[in-house]
Amino acid sequence: MFAFLSSQPVQTALIVGSCAALVSALIGVFTVLRGNAFAGHALADVSSAGGAASFLWGISPLLGFLGMAWIAAFGMEFLGVRKARERDLATGIVLGAGLGLSALFLYLDVTTTSTTGAAVSVMFGSLFAISQGLIWPAILAVLAVFLLVGLFYRPLILTAVDPDLATLRGVSPRWMGLLQLLVLGLAVAVCALAIGAVLATALLIGPAGAAIRLSRRPAQAIFWAMIIALTAVWLGIWMAYESYYWFSGNAWPVSFFVVVLIFLFYLLAMFGSSWSQKYQCRGIASLRRLQEP
Amino acid sequence: MFSSFMINTWIAGTAIALVAALVGYFVVIRHSAFAAHALPLGAFPGAAAANLLGVNPFVGLLVFVGMGVLLLRQLARIGRRDVGTGLLLVLFLGVGALFLSMTSEYAPEVFSLLFGEMLGVSDADLWPILVISALVTVVMITIFRPLLLDSSFPDLAALQGISAARMDLIFLSLLALVTASALPVVGAFLVFTLLVGPPAAAQSLSIHPLRSLLLAVIFAESSIWSAIALSYWTNWPIGFFVGMLGAGLFTLVRSYRHWSQRQRPVVQVSGL
Repeated sequence: MFAFLSSQPVQTALIVGSCAALVSALIGVFTVLRGNAFAGHALADVSSAGGAASFLWGISPLLGFLGMAWIAAFGMEFLGVRKARERDLATGIVLGAGLGLSALFLYLDVTTTSTTGAAVSVMFGSLFAISQGLIWPAILAVLAVFLLVGLFYRPLILTAVDPDLATLRGVSPRWMGLLQLLVLGLAVAVCALAIGAVLATALLIGPAGAAIRLSRRPAQAIFWAMIIALTAVWLGIWMAYESYYWFSGNAWPVSFFVVVLIFLFYLLAMFGSSWSQKYQCRGIASLRRLQEP
Repeated sequence: MFSSFMINTWIAGTAIALVAALVGYFVVIRHSAFAAHALPLGAFPGAAAANLLGVNPFVGLLVFVGMGVLLLRQLARIGRRDVGTGLLLVLFLGVGALFLSMTSEYAPEVFSLLFGEMLGVSDADLWPILVISALVTVVMITIFRPLLLDSSFPDLAALQGISAARMDLIFLSLLALVTASALPVVGAFLVFTLLVGPPAAAQSLSIHPLRSLLLAVIFAESSIWSAIALSYWTNWPIGFFVGMLGAGLFTLVRSYRHWSQRQRPVVQVSGL
């Protein structure tokens, strides 16, 4: 255990991973409540183009992910994400274009800069290979998200749960949608850095999806999502580190462990809550039977 | 451009674009873009596993995409459909990443499975594509009416005794078949782009089912042909061109419709 914690890559992985877990749990609850899981996933996928471009131009991968996620967010807004019926399509179109760009940048990475590992680390992440210089930018991004959400917590929740009611109360859906996309972009960038662009969705919607089932109150759901995400990330990092010894020198990717753990927690929350609901219903039904003459 | 090693690519591209447009039409009217994105990525570990075990990649793809369809329906039952779809997608991708990390050619494999490998389609690759495309086209023609009714007016379809659950299963199976046949050639991401881009553009131009379907096929064929040609000349990945052409087409059609809708009232007023 001591060797695990004193290793430099593990420390960096734990810090960046925790950042990703915290920020994704917070933003994930809003995303799932708004029914925006596809849009969140699309933003993460498209951000891979930015990650690939950052290898090409030698800029920070976090900036690359963030820039592309924001461009995609505004693209979706522009193509008409607001109409629920057309949201799916606009998301799909932006996703297709973004993935096309990603293909081009990854191809150019391989042919011009000879960084052969770009496709893997952009798409599936390489948490143990993150440079220490990215710790502070990641922490700053998380702080920015917490500050923005803290300032606009009530209107954001209201818009996510009931847009019509929010409009009646004088909250501009336009501005809240924009703010939501802004913070979603930041969260996606940190997650993409940690477990890879195409897997970032796991952190973004998995813990939140499970937590919403566990608690109906948004603040409590955010708390549970954070617990689930942090557990999955920490356990995943530890298992990936130990897997080097389990499989005699062939360590399994850390992103694999994180994704599988999140999926298991989601199933657990779903079945656990439906069992307890069944149990409660049976309890109430038997009470009713008792009350009936 | 039409030299012998490119012929198979042209044939495969044409067949894939045809079935992608047929199934894609229903992806658009059923609002299943997320499922259409998730299934190809769900099949992705199949190719990786087949690579690892040394079996025919096509078998691996079919096994995993079949599992994908079953799990997708189960997960949609226990929670929110979009969350379940997203989680299933990343789970399969994570498994695929694991399988690929065990092989020696990690990075090039990732790239070609996600973004396609248009050159070097062998005769052995071509046969499954042609057989499955023919099968999907035949099934599509047979169930076109009930599927269309179920997708547009589910209540009316239920009244006529069409089972929504069965239609959903048939639709997802067709999607899975198209995915499995197209993935080795055009890549997991590109399958999705072909499924959504051309039919979405066609839908904006015409709401008449057959006309819209025909337009979707025309759009899909012309984008894959231009993409193959452009990719051949520039040496850039084909996924880039298909993605850009799809988005460009959609934006163009949308702006045209926007513009013509604005014009129409003026014409009516002057007609009066």
